[in-house]
Amino acid sequence: MNPIGTESSNALAVGWGRALVFAYGVFAVAATGRSLVQLSDDAGKAPLAYSLSLFAAIVYLVATTSLLLGGTTGWRVAAVAVSVELLGVLLVGALSYAATDLFPDKTVWSHFGQGYGFLPLVLPFAGLAWLRANRPMYG
Amino acid sequence: MSPWVLGAVLLLCGLTVIVLVVHLVRDRAAEDGMFVLLGVTELVLLGQLVGGCIALGNTERDLDGTLFVSYLVGIALALPIGAFWSLAERSRAGTAVVLLAVLTVAALEVRLDAIWAGTA
Repeated sequence: MNPIGTESSNALAVGWGRALVFAYGVFAVAATGRSLVQLSDDAGKAPLAYSLSLFAAIVYLVATTSLLLGGTTGWRVAAVAVSVELLGVLLVGALSYAATDLFPDKTVWSHFGQGYGFLPLVLPFAGLAWLRANRPMYG
Repeated sequence: MSPWVLGAVLLLCGLTVIVLVVHLVRDRAAEDGMFVLLGVTELVLLGQLVGGCIALGNTERDLDGTLFVSYLVGIALALPIGAFWSLAERSRAGTAVVLLAVLTVAALEVRLDAIWAGTA
């Protein structure tokens, strides 16, 4: 395996990717912090919302790490993580409007990330576009 | 929390954002004026970290102390991390990283004020 970032065609954390990794890093920290606070305060209050907060935190952490590592494996893992993130924000966003009783407390993804300036909705699209533009070369 | 600190931080963030956006549009690399602004903002944030901890010790308010302090620390860390992360990328994208860091500070500052007021 090449050291991080030395394989120019597979480095995902250069150029605009650097800004993307920073944004993912911020959300990884924000979502982890939120889920830790929620779970330590009163885990029983909204189990579904709190598990989703934790799940979102893990997805952001995986996306940040894999973008940072780059390479073919990093690209694949990042693609899965960002796709899960997109599905998550769309599903949780829609559910938080449709079934309000399921979410007595908020998650990063509820109301399509309204509490975070709708960035959680924009981020996966930016991530997918970046990954698409930086597909690893085969053969 | 002092409205003066909140105002100063948001004003500095606003100023820095304007400077950074001008840089982004003109496609110029970061220069001294920008780092002076970032430095002044960081000094205010470090002052806020110390002042906030002292204020937390003296207050009778019912607020989540751990959450408050973690926000104080997080705000103070955002700019150094962003600036450091942007150094390897001396281009528009590097400026965008600093811009994201400044916006993060502004967002956290608003949340910090809400935590202090006990509404969050």
